[in-house]
Amino acid sequence: MINLNYIYSEIFLAIAIMTLLIIGVFKKNSSNLVYNLSIISLLISLALILSFPINESINLFNDSYRIDYLSTFMKIITISSCTFVMLSSNKYIQIISINKIEYPILVLSSMLGMIVMISSNDLILFYIGLELQSLALYVLASFNRDHLPSSESGLKYFVLSALSSGLLLYGCSLIYGFSGSTNFFIIRDSLTQDSYGLTFGIVFILVGLAFKISAVPFHMWAPDVYEGSPTSVTTFFAILPKIAALTVFIRFLYVPFLNLIEQWQIIIIFLSIASMLFGAIAAIGQKKLKRLIAYSSIGHMGYALAGLATGTNAGIQSSISYITIYLFMNLGFFSCMFMLRREDKYFEDIDDLSGLSKNHPLLAFSFLIILFSLAGIPPLAGFFAKFYIFSAVIEQSMYFLAVVGLLSTVIAAFYYLRLIKIIYFDSSKEKYEINHNLGLKLSLLVSSLFILLYFIYPSWLSQIVENINII
Amino acid sequence: MFDIGLGHYLILGATIFTIGVVGIFLNRKNIIVILMSIELILLAVNINLVSFSIYLNDLSGQIFTLFILTVAAAEAAIGLAIIVVYFRNSGTIKVQEIDKLKG
Repeated sequence: MINLNYIYSEIFLAIAIMTLLIIGVFKKNSSNLVYNLSIISLLISLALILSFPINESINLFNDSYRIDYLSTFMKIITISSCTFVMLSSNKYIQIISINKIEYPILVLSSMLGMIVMISSNDLILFYIGLELQSLALYVLASFNRDHLPSSESGLKYFVLSALSSGLLLYGCSLIYGFSGSTNFFIIRDSLTQDSYGLTFGIVFILVGLAFKISAVPFHMWAPDVYEGSPTSVTTFFAILPKIAALTVFIRFLYVPFLNLIEQWQIIIIFLSIASMLFGAIAAIGQKKLKRLIAYSSIGHMGYALAGLATGTNAGIQSSISYITIYLFMNLGFFSCMFMLRREDKYFEDIDDLSGLSKNHPLLAFSFLIILFSLAGIPPLAGFFAKFYIFSAVIEQSMYFLAVVGLLSTVIAAFYYLRLIKIIYFDSSKEKYEINHNLGLKLSLLVSSLFILLYFIYPSWLSQIVENINII
Repeated sequence: MFDIGLGHYLILGATIFTIGVVGIFLNRKNIIVILMSIELILLAVNINLVSFSIYLNDLSGQIFTLFILTVAAAEAAIGLAIIVVYFRNSGTIKVQEIDKLKG
């Protein structure tokens, strides 16, 4: 007998998607209604997850679906950040007139795919979740369909992401063939000796997953897609798929293949070092804010992977803390970007920030906090995130990784500080509008306060993630 | 006569997979060719999975194949739709002319 009440939130989300689609089709001009209802259904599914005891581990559907502390925590942060993304981009999609009923429904479907990915304990289920997520994202990237950059970014994302799914699937087929099962637990138990087939399979799957979190050398889609797609979708891209893919990274590497750590550790270290350095160096010459944040997110993924490379529980916990703090920083950054609006036009270049502090001191101050935190300057949250990663890495005496990480932090600080210099010391431009909707203000307030006040009681996050024991 | 075993199917799968990947990277003409290459990759995976499934005497590989076929159909539909949208905006689907976003 399968205990279905553990997946009430998934079931609710699936039913909500179909109901909202029916409402949207049969009721004229219902895009705002559907948007608000989809925010409410996200909140309800969050409540359904929270209504179950968080520290219970249970396997459903012949061990293919796993509910444990890791999946519950990741689901909570994905769903709540999705809610904030929807709240903050409400006005934006109205102004650039993409507020069709499909938009919130596609966001919800990709959310459902991510939840399935996070909980999956089986290659088939993982693939289905991944595809549900990315098929919805292809459409979202090209959602502004009369706008050439948006459709081009959708096209690029489609081609590269489909290629990465193909590589990942080939890896799945090799792992299935050489271990005899698609279930992670059975693969772990049947791992007798290392065969070339399994190693190839792991490499292919790592390539596919590295595409999804845009780690170097599989990052080339990220800047173009971030720049071309509507900013509301970019916010989504920058935060949510990364959380889901990182969870899959953790579960895939640490549940079935922990014994083969010598084979994948060096790959993860390479991905991490390359992403940190590339993210720091390539962002220097950028002129557009969205391209800059794309390179910055490549760098940040490098740090999150450095935690994963350690092969210890402390490393996993530090990566999870990192991604949690990263999501608040990116949410704050994009909320600030949504505020750069004048006469129904949004401004996305770095030059548009010049002299922001004269006309908008509060907005400039939030930018300051967020950029300092992204650069990792104490006492803001971003510093603690990097501190957790480096302490976990040094504990395993991987000094080279730690040194490269510190160096690239210093390089990356250059372009964050350049933005702050432009905001505070360059000549000011025209004023931007100041009447923003409540959701945008709320998400900026929440993320800035989180970043600013994190140092008062930093152990709460570590206490939460301390319970995540995968090994 | 020789018997056709698992190895032959795997080599066939690997060959088709390679053709697909090379087709994506070497293609200089048309996006439709890329769509076909993606389809080839997925079909190569299906050959692999079905032959492993017969070899291991385990059904889950064939079930996986059915899922992949379904997803591949959805993916092709979305891909074609995006190509149509792109063609309407730019008037071309030549690969080397898709270069408006760079920096």
